[in-house]
Amino acid sequence: MAITLPELPYSKDALEPHISAKTLEFHHDKHHNAYVVNTNKLIEGTELANADLAEIIKATVGKSDKVGIFNNAAQVWNHTFYWNCMKKNGGGKPTGQIAERIIKDFGSYEKFVEEFKNAGATQFGSGWAWLVLQDGKLQIMKTSNADTPIAHGVVPLLTVDVWEHAYYLDYQNRRPDYLSIFVDNLVNWDFVNSCLK
Amino acid sequence: MAKYELPKLHYSYNALEPNIDAQTMEIHYTKHHGTYVTNLNKAIEGTNLEKLSLEETLRSVSQYPVAVRNNGGGHYNHSLFWEVMNPKEKGNPPGSFSDALNNTFGSLDDLIKKFSEAAMGRFGSGWAWLVLDNNGKLSIGSTPNQDNPLMDVSEFKGTPLLGLDVWEHAYYLKYQNRRAEYVANFWNVVNWNEVAKRYANARK
Ligand SMILES: [Fe+2]
Ligand SMILES: [Fe+2]
Repeated sequence: MAITLPELPYSKDALEPHISAKTLEFHHDKHHNAYVVNTNKLIEGTELANADLAEIIKATVGKSDKVGIFNNAAQVWNHTFYWNCMKKNGGGKPTGQIAERIIKDFGSYEKFVEEFKNAGATQFGSGWAWLVLQDGKLQIMKTSNADTPIAHGVVPLLTVDVWEHAYYLDYQNRRPDYLSIFVDNLVNWDFVNSCLK
Repeated sequence: MAKYELPKLHYSYNALEPNIDAQTMEIHYTKHHGTYVTNLNKAIEGTNLEKLSLEETLRSVSQYPVAVRNNGGGHYNHSLFWEVMNPKEKGNPPGSFSDALNNTFGSLDDLIKKFSEAAMGRFGSGWAWLVLDNNGKLSIGSTPNQDNPLMDVSEFKGTPLLGLDVWEHAYYLKYQNRRAEYVANFWNVVNWNEVAKRYANARK
């Protein structure tokens, strides 16, 4: 059972002008696809050949002889999750259960935004910023390169890709601008709510 | 006055075209490198690091806040990167440096192959290096993010002679996901005279 590349949940130009069609084309068709192809190449003929993505990630995390598999498999998972975290005309204040949980655990939406953006801006090098559920509480987390909360038993609710390839064609070095736009215009809170359940 | 300054670039932004485009050079130098310099100055302000050289700082970097490691590395690495490239001096490694690399790697092509593998194998952001290691031998490896082989925290150690930036910002505007093409074209602009000079200095 090979790993497959999921379709984007929207058209390539759906997130314009915030994220360009050109960025989504490279990001999904080249980067995400390469992680899928590499994962399949690396698990072929091994005991992981028939495992699903989450199993592959959990079986390889922290193993020095399995770094290549972990990096590619975790990147496949992270990107699929990231696509779902965005939608056209998204962003801004959430509604539903997540809105209450954010106020309960961060104090206010604004405080959540500040902490989330700060995690994205301070993840030095390539990586991801996350809103996660850990020990029954909403928390902000950042991970480097391919690392992912699901490898550590933490439940991801929202993520933003801060590898430079995610924003360089549209924002170049201005990562903070990309993070603000992501929060204000792109977050799919319906998806985040669905992850809470 | 701030201790560290953005060094002068000895060629114009478009000088490395078509291998590295002018827009990438300008953003890379003024914004990325510029930010490392600004943040390094901020990180050392009012500390005894104002009295240490950058090399000394990096050699003991485990003792200082992570901002010194990230921004000190960023400043050192980019300063070296601009100098080991040059539009006019492609051609071949000169003299005794050429003998040394032939002895170690077999040929220049073998060096290029090994170095390119190191550049391609660095997952995420980082640098590929040719160094003179602490046993006086040429050696090839890579470091993550803005770490470099001078740092006490680095697994790969030595005196840097040649470095290649493989952060996506170094190539994304022109090459996007095609890092291999960027690495292949880098060899068109390597300033071997500068690398040989660094080799001679490192052996002193
Ligand atoms: Fe990505
Ligand atoms: Fe750079």
